[in-house]
Amino acid sequence: MSILIDKNTKVITQGITGATGSFHAKGALEYGTQMVGGVTPGKGGQTIDFDLENGTKVTLPIFNTVKEAVAATGATASVIYVAPPFAADSIMEAVEAELDLVICITEGIPVLDMVKVKRFMEGKKTRLIGPNCPGVITPDEIKIGIMPGYIHKKGHVGVVSRSGTLTYEAVHQLTTNGIGQSSAVGIGGDPVKGSEFIDILKLFNEDPDTYAVIMIGEIGGTAEEEAAEWIKANMTKPVVGFIGGATAPAGKRMGHAGAIISGGKGTAAEKISVLEACGVRVAPTPSDMGATLISVLEEKGMLEKCKA
Amino acid sequence: MNIHEYQGKEVLRQYGVNVPRGKVAFTVEEAVSAAKELGSSVTVVKAQIHAGGRGKAGGVKIAKSVDDVAAYAKELLGKVLVTHQTGPEGKEIKRLLIEEGCDIKKEYYIGVVVDRGTGRVVMMGSEEGGMDIEEVAAHSPEKIVKVVVDPAVGLQVFQARQLAYDIKIPGELINKAVKFMLALYKAFEEKDCSIAEINPLVVTGSGDVMALDAKLNFDSNALFRHKDIVELRDLDEEDAKEIQASKFDLSYIALDGNIGCMVNGAGLAMATMDIIKYFGGEPANFLDVGGGATKEKVTEAFKIILSDVNVKGIFVNIFGGIMKCDIIAEGVVSAARELGLDKPLVVRLEGTNVTLGKEILNGSGLNIVAADSMSDGAQKIVSLVK
Repeated sequence: MSILIDKNTKVITQGITGATGSFHAKGALEYGTQMVGGVTPGKGGQTIDFDLENGTKVTLPIFNTVKEAVAATGATASVIYVAPPFAADSIMEAVEAELDLVICITEGIPVLDMVKVKRFMEGKKTRLIGPNCPGVITPDEIKIGIMPGYIHKKGHVGVVSRSGTLTYEAVHQLTTNGIGQSSAVGIGGDPVKGSEFIDILKLFNEDPDTYAVIMIGEIGGTAEEEAAEWIKANMTKPVVGFIGGATAPAGKRMGHAGAIISGGKGTAAEKISVLEACGVRVAPTPSDMGATLISVLEEKGMLEKCKA
Repeated sequence: MNIHEYQGKEVLRQYGVNVPRGKVAFTVEEAVSAAKELGSSVTVVKAQIHAGGRGKAGGVKIAKSVDDVAAYAKELLGKVLVTHQTGPEGKEIKRLLIEEGCDIKKEYYIGVVVDRGTGRVVMMGSEEGGMDIEEVAAHSPEKIVKVVVDPAVGLQVFQARQLAYDIKIPGELINKAVKFMLALYKAFEEKDCSIAEINPLVVTGSGDVMALDAKLNFDSNALFRHKDIVELRDLDEEDAKEIQASKFDLSYIALDGNIGCMVNGAGLAMATMDIIKYFGGEPANFLDVGGGATKEKVTEAFKIILSDVNVKGIFVNIFGGIMKCDIIAEGVVSAARELGLDKPLVVRLEGTNVTLGKEILNGSGLNIVAADSMSDGAQKIVSLVK
């Protein structure tokens, strides 16, 4: 089991003919993802070829609209690599086509565009991950996004993070210690996004194959504090955390659009203290995310189970 | 992106937001002619820098005559103003806003922001104008009222009216306040602001509702559709290294420490600063080279890091995913050679093609210290710069 996606998930790529879209569509195919087609308005009816490293050649159909692509392929998920000025429109198109899951990798979407997207999505069935995120992976089954697949190992620890590279860092620390992952989800570094920590924690809590979770937050906003309270009230599985940006100056945007301390709110110190108060052990450094989880698993007698 | 108060007021004026008459002045002569043109009995001379707290720091002067205006302009232009937002080094005043004075009856606060929790634009107001809204939030949060805007229909009249009543705008001025708020929201939305703060909003003896100050910030992701706003950028207000970095699509922020950092990914870049501090060092910068770093980008990143005279050593921390370690290693080696790097350099490489990357570093003949993990690298660079 896993969350959000598994080996049966059929995926289309919006922006498949762009350099980024085609590069990562190939990466997903290499990993074994069921990529079933792509959307590029104006190129409908054409096809796109991928020569995989194992020598096979995959040809995918291109469609003008998401609706057509879904009707023809039976896809239930979409990944978006469309340029920022047009990405919000692409998300809404995918939502209107009633996909179950839309993962938007694009970085740099205007925040007021995302405000409109969220309003548009109200009452609709689609779940959005991102934007400005690495995507989602269920190891050995499916990879949708830009993460390096080979660092992952199938297993029982869920990872959820606002940062791409810190997700890789955590996953790598787990894998090198023999601990696999059920799914790893990058929710993205933007202030207004499709899914928050709590949405993903709920899924991990309900997934019988996830035994523990690493949650990686950073400065800006109060999503980590809200997640901490939710964990305290609802989570039946151990969660360890890390918060990036303890040394970040106030009022400066630290790379991610959402990583900014404003009006004294959103500091790492505040987040860490709320997490600790809610029973989430926080790794002292980013090098210790794996070790912190291991120590918690050992205390709970769960380490062997998580190494299985 | 930030702009000056006088520019913010110009933008707001285009939307029908009531602001005092005023003109920008770069010289004493311009200040004098602006004051003569305004012809008001009281003229305000306001320092234009990208920081709040100017009034308390002595950057706002009330002039009763044109001679006063000249004297204040002479005093302020070229002066370094230190406010609670500038840091101890302060900022040099290069522009002044010469504005007509007004008869203030009471000050209020109006702010517009994007609220992450609701994913919507929120307009907030307070009857406690003129002071930091954070202070009001800390001491009397009940005095801050908010309305959440539905993006499908925008700010509604009833919401603005409710806000105006809640912050106790006098009854006869409610309609003027409503008009003000609707115009402010329109400006915020159409110009893709991230913050629009009017502090204070004032009601005057002559029955006007106007913005005495205006702070507008713009969403940098949306600047592609606002050429007019991009033109308002004042490079004098930004760090030269940050400007240089942005030309190469590098995300760089200058800090006070002595360990330069070069990292891929914003989250990892922040965490690298944290781990340096954890082991007793001080990061000199935040620098994210991004996912597609080329040799040229890496070289440029090194140049920018080294242009900071405080830097005593560099820590390169790369988790190569899509970005391959051998490419990074080649970039590091060629940059170090080209720049004749004579400061300690610690490199931690992990991820795709890591073995190849390490071979390139080791075989370079350069004095590069290899690290096995983030914490190993952080400890090594901290001890090397001591």
